[in-house]
Amino acid sequence: MTQKYENPVVELLFQLADDDYLFSYRGSEWLGLAPHIEEDVAFSSITQDTMGHATVYYRLLEGLGLGVADTLAHMRPATERKNSILVERPNGEGVYMETPRYDWAYAVARSYIYTTAKKIKIDSLKSSSDQSLAEAAVKISMELYYHLLHWKTWFVQLFNSTEDARNRMTKALEKVIADCGDLFSYGDAATEITNASLIESEQVLLNRWTEYVKPVFETIKVAVPTFGKPERNGRNGEHTKELQDAINTMSEVYRTDLTAAW
Amino acid sequence: MTADVLLEKDLQAQFEERIARGDKIEADDWMPEEYRLALIKLISMHGISEIMGALPEKEWVPKAPTLYRKLGIMAKVQDEMGHGQLLLRVAEDLIKPLGKNREDLMQDLFAGRLKFHNVFHMATKSWGDAGLIGWLVDGAAIITQTNMLNASYAPYARALQRICAEEVFHAQHGEAIILALAEGTPEQKEMVQDALNRWWEALLFFFGPPSSDTTGSTKQDITIKYKIRINTNEELRQGFLSKYVPRIKSIGLTIPDPTLRFDEETEKWIYQQPNWENFKKIQRNEGPKSQERLKLRRTSYDDNAWVREALSARIG
Ligand SMILES: [Fe+2]
Ligand SMILES: [Fe+2]
Repeated sequence: MTQKYENPVVELLFQLADDDYLFSYRGSEWLGLAPHIEEDVAFSSITQDTMGHATVYYRLLEGLGLGVADTLAHMRPATERKNSILVERPNGEGVYMETPRYDWAYAVARSYIYTTAKKIKIDSLKSSSDQSLAEAAVKISMELYYHLLHWKTWFVQLFNSTEDARNRMTKALEKVIADCGDLFSYGDAATEITNASLIESEQVLLNRWTEYVKPVFETIKVAVPTFGKPERNGRNGEHTKELQDAINTMSEVYRTDLTAAW
Repeated sequence: MTADVLLEKDLQAQFEERIARGDKIEADDWMPEEYRLALIKLISMHGISEIMGALPEKEWVPKAPTLYRKLGIMAKVQDEMGHGQLLLRVAEDLIKPLGKNREDLMQDLFAGRLKFHNVFHMATKSWGDAGLIGWLVDGAAIITQTNMLNASYAPYARALQRICAEEVFHAQHGEAIILALAEGTPEQKEMVQDALNRWWEALLFFFGPPSSDTTGSTKQDITIKYKIRINTNEELRQGFLSKYVPRIKSIGLTIPDPTLRFDEETEKWIYQQPNWENFKKIQRNEGPKSQERLKLRRTSYDDNAWVREALSARIG
């Protein structure tokens, strides 16, 4: 009973939109809590850019008649979300409204892996058969350049620093990699997405990513990780409980009145 | 009298002369201890307040109701952190001759020696609060900060130039949120009115006590003497009321003070004095959210100690 994906561009757009939206949401929880003030400013700039990217995708979906961008961002339940498991994971223990105990090593490892994967995808999207996706990719890649530089610097610096920092980074990276099974996946819509030449295949991108991060992993003296088969595939709407919690928080105000202007 | 004391007296006289002429003082210029300490107190408090001020607002960043508002409030809170960064750098130059650095400022904050602005000890209970902070708290900040744009201490004046330019955007951002709510559903209107009711006292506190008789201390005298600021706390508060009371009323909100009126004869606003005992409590870090916010800041500071260590370690 294979589902038919009439409009693969919609599938891909939801994956891209939900990825950036959740990644930005997790970033916004960090606001004010980064290791130093300069980092708080830089990190929140990245978080904002990323929310901007999600907005671009949601608006494209709106343009395709899928509904209002704000509704798509706030109101779809977890089962309809297409983001990867990696971006929905919490930042650490506790919730941001209380006194959370967030893990900076995890933030750096996740951000580095996510941002490098995003770069590989965005580069491929630049030659997408879908004109508006290709145009969006060109714009996004300009900001992405700084995000990459930022996270690469942190990633290398912390790995190549104190023993304590290296241990924390090693643990954090393991945790991140365990969630990467669906990072390059297009889920059940993979065939339709690649047949339509919207983006290159999962395997091509994965190989390219491996080559891309190799020099960085050499500097930190760690083998380039390989991603296992996903336990859950976020691209098919399979998620952890944390995702629904996140959705409830980010839509708390919007939900109170869907017809109101905010 | 020893030569040193004479020299000190000369320098003090010369300095006062410079201030009187309207000269600008730079970080490396000689300055009296009294001036330096007043600047340190003022600027480190201003800087740390920008940073602590991010905490009440950030609560509403993930919850902002639309993509557009999410982007707007993210940008705003980021600006505030940027202001903190800019100001702490100015403060760092002032404390350097005393052998202190940013780490000391953080420790001063945690120990209660360095205060953060009274307005950031309050709870933010609704999206209406997020809008109200931008509109009226940043509006109030514009009034106090523009009052110091011509401050005798040039590095502070330069920082304020940039900060004030951004604060104008913050006030517009806040006003847009409030207008959307005020023109919205009955529930949305109620949300703004409720926010105003809860924040009114804090807004009156914002400018500090009218004189030291009220709360036992005010640092306004020395900052005026050295031309760091121009107006008194009460003059600034009057300016705030003149600017905002008509605007608040014009969007259909009721100010929770039935006695509030403009007295044509004295050309002054007459208003119900807030309970200055609450202000004193906040100053002792006993405000509604004082301890929680400090705990949040301290916990994240401690949890990230390993990162600061890693960054300062020179390895390889
Ligand atoms: Fe500010
Ligand atoms: Fe501001």
